[in-house]
Amino acid sequence: MSQHLQSALTEPLVEEVERRAEEAGVDYEVTLESLNQWQLAWRKFKKHRLAIIGLGILGVLITVAIVGPFIMPFEFNSIPKPDKIVPAGRPPSLVHPFGETGGLQRDVLLLVVNGARTSLFVGFSSMAIGVIIGTIVGSVAGFVGGFVDNILMRVVDVMLSLPLLFVILVASRFFGNGNVFLIVVIFGLLSWMGISRLVRSLFLSIREQEFVEAAKAVGVTDRRIIFRHILPNAFSPIVVSASLLIASNIVTEAFVSFLGFGINPIYPTWGNVLSNSLTFLLQGNWWWPFFPGLMIILTVLAVNFVGDGLRDALDPRSRA
Amino acid sequence: MTEPKVVAGVGVPPPPEILLDVRNLKTHFHVMDGTVPAVDGISFSLPRGETLGIVGESGSGKSVTALTIMRLLDIPPAEIVEGEIWFDGKEILSMPIDRMRRIRGNDMAMIFQEPLTSLNPVFTVGDQIAEQVETHRKVRRKEAWDRAIQSLKLVGIPSPERRVKQYPHEMSGGMRQRVMIAMALSCEPKLLIADEPTTALDVTIQAQILELLKEIQDRTDSALLLITHDLGVVAEMVENVVVMYAGQIVEEGSVDQVLMTPRAPYTMGLLASIPNVHKRGDRLSVIKGVVPSPFNLPPACRFEPRCPYAWDLCRREPPELVAAGGRGQRARCLLHTPAGESRRRDLLEAVETLVDVPAQQEAAAEAAGA
Amino acid sequence: MTDDATGTMQPAATAPSAGTTTAPGPAAAKNGDGAALISVRNLKKYFPILGGLLRRQVATVYAVDGVDFDVRPGEIFSLVGESGCGKTTLGRSILRLTEPTDGQVTFDGKTIYDHANPGSMPSLDQMRPLRRRLQIIFQDPFGSLNPRMPVSDIIGEGLLAQGMRNRHERDRKVEDALEIVGLRREYTRRYPHEFSGGQRQRIGIARALALNPDFVVCDEPVSALDVSIQSQILNLLLDLRRDLNLTYLFITHNLSVVQYFSDRVAVMYLGRIAELGGVEELYQNPRHPYTVALLSAIPNPNPRIRRKRLVLRGDVPSPAAPPSGCRFHTRCWLRERLGNPENCVTQDPPLREVAPGHMTACHWAEEVSGGAAAEAAAQQSALETATALEDD
Repeated sequence: MSQHLQSALTEPLVEEVERRAEEAGVDYEVTLESLNQWQLAWRKFKKHRLAIIGLGILGVLITVAIVGPFIMPFEFNSIPKPDKIVPAGRPPSLVHPFGETGGLQRDVLLLVVNGARTSLFVGFSSMAIGVIIGTIVGSVAGFVGGFVDNILMRVVDVMLSLPLLFVILVASRFFGNGNVFLIVVIFGLLSWMGISRLVRSLFLSIREQEFVEAAKAVGVTDRRIIFRHILPNAFSPIVVSASLLIASNIVTEAFVSFLGFGINPIYPTWGNVLSNSLTFLLQGNWWWPFFPGLMIILTVLAVNFVGDGLRDALDPRSRA
Repeated sequence: MTEPKVVAGVGVPPPPEILLDVRNLKTHFHVMDGTVPAVDGISFSLPRGETLGIVGESGSGKSVTALTIMRLLDIPPAEIVEGEIWFDGKEILSMPIDRMRRIRGNDMAMIFQEPLTSLNPVFTVGDQIAEQVETHRKVRRKEAWDRAIQSLKLVGIPSPERRVKQYPHEMSGGMRQRVMIAMALSCEPKLLIADEPTTALDVTIQAQILELLKEIQDRTDSALLLITHDLGVVAEMVENVVVMYAGQIVEEGSVDQVLMTPRAPYTMGLLASIPNVHKRGDRLSVIKGVVPSPFNLPPACRFEPRCPYAWDLCRREPPELVAAGGRGQRARCLLHTPAGESRRRDLLEAVETLVDVPAQQEAAAEAAGA
Repeated sequence: MTDDATGTMQPAATAPSAGTTTAPGPAAAKNGDGAALISVRNLKKYFPILGGLLRRQVATVYAVDGVDFDVRPGEIFSLVGESGCGKTTLGRSILRLTEPTDGQVTFDGKTIYDHANPGSMPSLDQMRPLRRRLQIIFQDPFGSLNPRMPVSDIIGEGLLAQGMRNRHERDRKVEDALEIVGLRREYTRRYPHEFSGGQRQRIGIARALALNPDFVVCDEPVSALDVSIQSQILNLLLDLRRDLNLTYLFITHNLSVVQYFSDRVAVMYLGRIAELGGVEELYQNPRHPYTVALLSAIPNPNPRIRRKRLVLRGDVPSPAAPPSGCRFHTRCWLRERLGNPENCVTQDPPLREVAPGHMTACHWAEEVSGGAAAEAAAQQSALETATALEDD
């Protein structure tokens, strides 16, 4: 072949090629920076003010969750010996900016920071499990189609028709045993259905696009079509819905822990802290439930803003 | 849509026989990469009851012109930087949007390229036409409904009494385009703007719609502003034509002048590149290169990088729209200024051969065949 | 890369010039006397319409319904028709990008598809080496290039699939291919969105040509492009045919392009060929009432020619419920003039030869003439042309 094309390029044809190039306007430059899709997406993302704020909040929370416990002046496992015993707890002060809990008089900030660890870990890891399962199921259903597709989608229908909250509660109680990892797995196993439906429909639509047909026409294998053509083009919507899945998993975790079915109360999560605070709520120590609650709201908002920003930024149709 | 920026210094109204007068209109878009001068200083006028075509390729600004006249652009990202549009004796860019709404659909109506997306899928076509009549003409429901049936009849839709009760999805593409035209005509507009009315249709359906538009043009006294990329459609449908390139008018004149004796190099190139039987066996003549990026327009003449006749002056001096070839034909090209005089004489001979001879052959063949 | 894909290439073209059309090209001479390169027999492609809760088949779309034709080596054979006539499906079926329902396709003596004899045809895996020789160029310069891939992968992918594992070698081929379509060798790392529509179409062409095919299906390659770019691409396709000894199946709805560009043409209507013949013969002497109407519908850019055009009534019927007998009878102006003869509705007209190499599928082909068409045109009014669908 190279002989072929090369020979087409010898002598008189070199001029021909030059003329063709001129005709094609090859030296046309848009003077826009040549950006790859990620640079382009980032540029659009930056314009989304709320998304940037959300990303900032999320960044701070993740940093705090990772390094916070090491730089806190209080040790998580040691029960504090406060200078003054106030069983109802104490409101925010300089030493304890988020206040102290009732009962053991622990530092609320310490609980919130340690809680961030667990809550974010649960949110992100269960999202990862859900996305992986959902993408695999959706890809198989969408690409293979027919009978397999039918079976898988009926499974999804059944899963979606379960009252998920109760299933989570029961599963957490019987299999979770308060173990963080098991809770993550349970959440992951019960949150992939939306993603799988999304991925399936993406496969069905991308599969019909001309570039996939073009790839088939040159003899590209199915495997390469899935991994190089369909999945990269399905990526953005998956990322967007994955981000929203994080938010919903954090809320569900908080809720389940709040009801006492979730993670062992000796590991603080935002839901646990909220739950514990209930007994003392009537004594007026608002700071105890307030700060973990605020963190949940902030995180969910931040994640949703980032998701919105991603949706706009990853939309290939707009450059502006 | 919000109010456009206040247009400075509204001028004198045009004489009453001019229905639409666009003066030095500039519509720009502000996008992330900069500003796109989509329409960059165009002027034209359309007398009552007459027809005008705006021809151009994608990105020439022809559709933006139509949307600006209808005031259907989103502001921002669009901005009407400069210009006046006089319609029926009133300046419409400075008009409050409420008053504009009364004009739109009533005195001025538009037909879009894609009839399916411009009809509301949840209402019957009768509802949609009748609603428009009701709002603009302040008549009763019954009367509006009769009017809807009448206008469907006018566009040749059979058994209109039955068709009014149908939904858009129950109709074929050609039928929907007829409904769009019926809707546009329902209030007897003074100006009908048709933006690529047949581009989405098949050849035989396109023929139907073009014939229909012609008949309607004969029967009613609306003026027609036809926007298209198809020189064939223009040749059949309009009396005068404006050719746009990169946001500017590059040539204007009667359809006969522009299509038979083009004076702007762009129009010449466009006509010469249309494939037809006389060019069989030859390479087509082409306009080399691509339309310039709106962010990086050539400094002077915007067609210069693609122009086979350009010389150094074309890179320095922006050409104006000047008289070329007489009888009101104008072209934006330095060839028609004193500076290009000698070059023009050499060229025109060659160009006449290029454009006219095949056409004359064809005309002769046609005469012989008829 | 395997020997098959590299070593056996023919030398570059020796053809005298582009567009010396009607005479068989040099390839024809080499392959013997005008033997068909592609031959299609009774090809059918039906699509099921699924409906209801159980997704049962409720109807069938007869997209391609029994088509026969040959494409000779070196020629440009055009398929024209309106949307829904099956021309695109036909192109895809020949390449087995969609699996046909019935019929037979052979390419250069090799069976590509044979419904009656499934054992003799290659499996889709065995098709892969054949794909190198059978290529396709798509209509949409935006949809046909993967937006997430650089040009080097878009064009190089086929080479990889055909077994060229060496990256350097592949990149050089990609650059060669870019160059012959008029783009710069340096563009390999760019993404599709950095090119204009015409340039993207050139990339699509480079992708097909990188494999050095013999036969290329051009599916509306210029329909999505601006007028000034269309002529560039048509020129390029003609040049490449000359330089690389290509045979084209050119699918389009644009009759002016066909007239300029092709050697022979088949007019399709509702999944069938209505008329087939050499371009000059068919355009000057159309023998099917549908062809007459199609030709009359082309808007002419010459404002001095103002003829009364023959406008067809109604719309193309749905290919899921094609009319009985002659599929065109519901819109036929000739049938009306002849007083609605019975056989148009009851008998399916076969494709028959009316002049050497000129076939038409009309019972009344002999009645078709320019005079009859002009008379029919004079009698009609645009306001009545919507009536045909009245009773559907």
